Amino acid sequence: MIEVNENKIAWHENMSVSELLKICKYSFPLIIVKVNGEFVARPEYETHLIADGSNVSVIHLMSGG
Amino acid sequence: MNKIDITGFNISNISQAEFEAEFYKRNPPGAFDILKKKTAAIAGAGGLGSNIAAMLVRSGVYNLIIADYDSVELSNLNRQQFFYNQLGVLKIDALKENLLKINPFITVTAVPVKITENNAALIFSKADILIEAFDRAEMKAMLIQAWCAAFPQKYIVAASGLAGIGRGSLIKSSVYGKLIICGDQISEADEKNGLIAPRVMITAALQANCAVELLLSGGIKI
Repeated sequence: MIEVNENKIAWHENMSVSELLKICKYSFPLIIVKVNGEFVARPEYETHLIADGSNVSVIHLMSGG
Repeated sequence: MNKIDITGFNISNISQAEFEAEFYKRNPPGAFDILKKKTAAIAGAGGLGSNIAAMLVRSGVYNLIIADYDSVELSNLNRQQFFYNQLGVLKIDALKENLLKINPFITVTAVPVKITENNAALIFSKADILIEAFDRAEMKAMLIQAWCAAFPQKYIVAASGLAGIGRGSLIKSSVYGKLIICGDQISEADEKNGLIAPRVMITAALQANCAVELLLSGGIKI
């Protein structure tokens, strides 16, 4: 089990960031991903594996300033 | 201490030390001595950046690096710290002029360049902290990506979700490691919501508040 933006999500072996984003239907390009507080760069989404019990933040940025 | 005579006040008649002692007299004790030595970078000099810059100068941050390549337009004046006689002037030049009117002893490095993922780290490298103050979400995402990859040990204070009116209590600062996001994280600046001074300035103030706290103590207490 992992936590994504405070929601519980089932975890499985070799779960990558991009796989998680697909499961959670985060398809938009304006996101920042943090796994256990650590920033994950976009080129690493395919290869960065999420450990069981991780706390993931997916931040969707809104225009305005 | 002698009270400074403000009748016919002339900046050249008092020393920098006298000016600073009186200017920052009401600051929390010790804050100015620390903030004076700090450098804050602000990416964008619009609704967020122009207001944040003014607050940082009033707080005592003496070194600012501000990047923007736009000029002041009339439609900016509903929320940005510019004046109608500055229309058409580069925002960073107009902002520098306005900031130096608050305190003439600060240093403003004005960078009239479009920030990209390739130049962001270099332009802001000397900063103790970076404040994201762009308008467009894709620019915000680009800057956060670039900064977090280049300087994982340094803080970035970004804004997301500040459009529309009311709902002031929804605007908050959220901490994700070294990334702080100020805003409600839901209100998009579209044609329906629009952007208006109070909500933009609440968010700008929250960003400035986080920046001052980080510069003074190295962390954020929620």
